[in-house]
Parts: sequence; C-alpha cells; structure tokens
Amino acid sequence: MALDVSSQPTLRSAPPPETGRRAPARMLLRQGGRLLGGVWLFALMVALWWLLTEHSTSPYFPPLHTILNELAKVWFFRAAQQDLVPSMEHLAIGFAVAGVIGIAGGALFWRVRVAREALTPLVYFLYVLPAPVLLPSFILLFGIGSFMKVAIIAFAALWPTLLNAIDGMRSVDPLKLETARTLGLSPNRTLWSIVLPAASPQIAAGLRNSLQVAILLMVVSEMVASTAGIGYFILNAQQSFESVDMWTGIIVLGVVGSILNLIFVIVERLVLRWYYGERALQQA
Amino acid sequence: MVLRRASAAAGVASTEPEGRRGPGEGPVLSVRDLGKDYLIGRGERRVAVQEVSFDVGRGEFVCVVGPSGAGKTTVLRCLSGLTPPSRGEVLLDGVPIARVADHVGVVFQDYSRSLFPWMSVAANIALPLRVRKVPREHQRKTVSAVLTQVGLDPDVGGRYPWQLSGGMQQRVAIARALAFEPELLFMDEPFASVDAQTRAELEDVVQEIHDRLSVTVFFVTHDIDEAVYLADRVIVLSRSPAVVRDIVNVPLPRPRNQLETKGGPEFNELRRRVFQLVAGGT
Repeated sequence: MALDVSSQPTLRSAPPPETGRRAPARMLLRQGGRLLGGVWLFALMVALWWLLTEHSTSPYFPPLHTILNELAKVWFFRAAQQDLVPSMEHLAIGFAVAGVIGIAGGALFWRVRVAREALTPLVYFLYVLPAPVLLPSFILLFGIGSFMKVAIIAFAALWPTLLNAIDGMRSVDPLKLETARTLGLSPNRTLWSIVLPAASPQIAAGLRNSLQVAILLMVVSEMVASTAGIGYFILNAQQSFESVDMWTGIIVLGVVGSILNLIFVIVERLVLRWYYGERALQQA
Repeated sequence: MVLRRASAAAGVASTEPEGRRGPGEGPVLSVRDLGKDYLIGRGERRVAVQEVSFDVGRGEFVCVVGPSGAGKTTVLRCLSGLTPPSRGEVLLDGVPIARVADHVGVVFQDYSRSLFPWMSVAANIALPLRVRKVPREHQRKTVSAVLTQVGLDPDVGGRYPWQLSGGMQQRVAIARALAFEPELLFMDEPFASVDAQTRAELEDVVQEIHDRLSVTVFFVTHDIDEAVYLADRVIVLSRSPAVVRDIVNVPLPRPRNQLETKGGPEFNELRRRVFQLVAGGT
C-alpha cells in the first residue's frame, strides 16, 4: 500500500473497463443466436403467406409470388420515380423541420421562463389534436401541393420530439447543473454543453416517435389529396380493383419504413455510444 | 489574467505557483452570523443552520464535522455560492458572494453524477478551461498536468469517466476542479462513497495538493479521523440547527503520514476531543 503520494505510482486505466469484452468467437455465436431469435417468426409468416396463397384465385388475396413479380416490375422503375421519390422528399423535409423545431423549442422552454409559461397550454392543446383532423384546413390554407404535405407532416411529427425534449431537459440531474455552475459555465453554454447532451437519449426517443408519425402523415396526406405518392398509389390501386398493385404498395411501404427505422437506430447508437456504453456497464 | 492562470496551471505538477497569496492579507473567507432556512411546504420553515461565524485563512485547510444532518453540506453550499444564505453574510476576499466565484472549485460526493458521461475524461477536465477561452495547446498541457497531480496516468484522458473505478472517477473530479487553478477548493464529503484503502490514498492526494499548491481547502466530512488527519483547524458543528460548537486547532506537523501521524499520541488526543464535541459532551 503506497501511502506516501509522492512515491505513489500513477494509476493507469487498465483495471475495470473491459467488462464488456468477451471471447470474440463466443460473442459472434451469441449475436448470431440473437439475430436468429428475432428473425425466425418473421420468416415463418412470410413462408406461410407464400404457401397459403400459392394457388389462390381470390382477387383479394393474390399469390405472394405474383405480388413480388409485380413489385419488381412496377416499383423498380416507374412507380419508384413517380410515387416513392416525392413521398420521401416530403417525409425528409417534414421530419427534419419537426426535429429542428422540436429540439429548438425544447431549448427555448428550458432557457426562457416567459416562453415556457406562455406556450405550455398552447402546446398541450395542439398536441392532443389528432393531426389528420387538421388536413381539411391545411388543404384550404395551402392547397394540395407539396407544401401542404410537408406542413402537415412537420406539424404532426413535431409533438413527440418537442414534448420529449422539454421533459428530457427539465429532468437533467440538478447536480450536473450545479457542477456546471461551479465550473463557470454561462447559461447558454450550460444549455449547449450540458443540458442538450444530458437530454439527448430522451430527445432521440422522441425523434424516433416523430419518424413514425411522419411516415403515417405522409401516407394519409397522399390518400386525401394527391395525384402521386405511395399513399395515392395504394388507394388508387384499391379503387381500381388492382389488388396486386395495392399489395405491392403496402409491402414497399413496410420495407421503406423498416429501412428508415434501421438507419435511425444505427445513427442513434453511434451518437449515443456513451449512453449505451454506460448503461451496459451498469447492468454488467 | 486568464493566460497567466493557464500557464501556471500547465506547470501545476512541477512548479510552485508564484506567491499569489501570503499570510497577513486577511482571511479568504469570512462567515458572519450565517443562517439558512428551508421551506418545507405549506409555508413552514425548517432552520438548517442557526448561526455560524468563522474565518478561513489563506492557504488554510479547514475541515467541518458534526452529527449527521447537522447542516454541514448546507454551510458548504452557502459558502461556495451555490445557495444564497437566509441570514448573515459570507465574504470572499472581503466581498459578499453573489454566485459561484470564478476562482472557486467544488468537488461533490457523488462523482458519477458530477462527471459528464458524454465527455471523455480529458474533455471533462478541459471544460472549465474551454469556457475561459484558454488556448487549446494550454488546455492539453493542463489536462495531463492535473491528471498527474491526482495520481492518474495522462492516458486516462482518452477514456470515458464511467469506464473508470469509483476512486479514479473521484480523482478525475478533483483534477477538473484543479484545472482552472482555484484559490479556494470546496469538498463536500468527497470520499464518502469509496472504500477505505482508496479513501486513504485520496486523502493523501488532497493533502499533497494543499501542501504543494498552498490552495485553501474547505472540507466537509463526517469522518473524525479524516478531519483531524487533514485539517489545520476542525470546525465542529452542533446538532441541527447548526451553531459552531467549537473550533479545534490541529498543530500536527506536515507532511502527514497515514501510519505515523495517525499512530501518534497527539493525533489520538485530538480525535478524542473532536469526538467528544461531536457526540455532545464537553
């Protein structure tokens, strides 16, 4: 035991941190197992769909292989350009606007008391309104063009991010804020360096929720007033008794939603590496 | 000013900072009739600190002990500027404090909550320098200097705080509080949540920082041995609502040593006296 500090050897970072590291081969096996555990039921359902509809002659339940053939034909060229691209543009812009306003609004709530007190009732009033209800008024105000769609997507997707940002920033550990004060951080600096990062896990949860709402409103807005877009495609196919086309639209929508969600999760894991690292260590 | 401090900080491990505080300049801290009440709901008040007065001299190491719940932490919070007092005044260098002063460092008990988990150890330590607009190169030097000062390898800077053991995390918190060269260091039960051996090591880290940098330390603890071992003077608070029961001088020679200092008869006599005061005897 080295009690005399001057002769005490400096501590290296070796001892505790490697808890998360296991033998690579065994880890690979575990991860493979987990992947399999999440995939088998999904694969089984697809296989069942394939088998049960294989000889189907019902116009409502066409064989899956017919749907997939049609999907390849329709979606890889014409419909992708005509319907998927504009939909994705509306979604991207609307979601981005909602995210930026949501986070900035949360920051405003945290920083400016007058804004917080004045805006809280308004926020909760608008938040409980189901966004599709506002579609008619949005059409009246903005017409049926792209702007209306982006606006309704942004409006509906705003609330999950905004409310999570407000809540996450409000519940930052007070000791962290006191520490910031003792280190001489200004309120703006505290917001940027402490409050935003501390609330970022909850903001990310809000953004993820907003993404789902944005996809929902993307489709709904195209079903109500549009001549293009994936929502329009699905509704139009149904109304002209093209049930195969309708099913391809639904599958494309599912695949696109899954990919967007996957991208979101990957980005979140990278940005919040510290959060997941700390949590994994606490649970180990 | 900032630059001078930064260059002094960069040399923290090796050189004595230029004599910026000598004896006879008056106390760093003057506490006059300090009192603090807390609202406990329905307009009711609870008096946490009744009336406390004392001075802390330049370069002095002062420990505060008292029964649990005596209001030791409240006193520290009022003195550091974290909480405004209800009565009386606190003068820092002769000026009433309004907020946490620029040259004051605070180390909390709960290091895992006080360190920022999204920043590396180096970024945590450099944060107070960044807000003071210290050049990057100076920041880097200061970070490794203070890490060495608290007995950590500079390589630790690349890790996240939560990847370190509890004792190492508290060393990082101390290093961060030292980075901007505070003249006054407040420590609120800093070693209450580490094991006994780590505690002894950290006590010596703090002792060495105090001796070498002649920084003034105001140290709250519930551990009487720790208080007597570290302090020049031990302030003993009464049961809540707190008043100063007595102030005990600790004339033990420095540098002190865990085995020899704590084994001596003088140490034993002092800790007996402080213990009696805390327990409520005479």
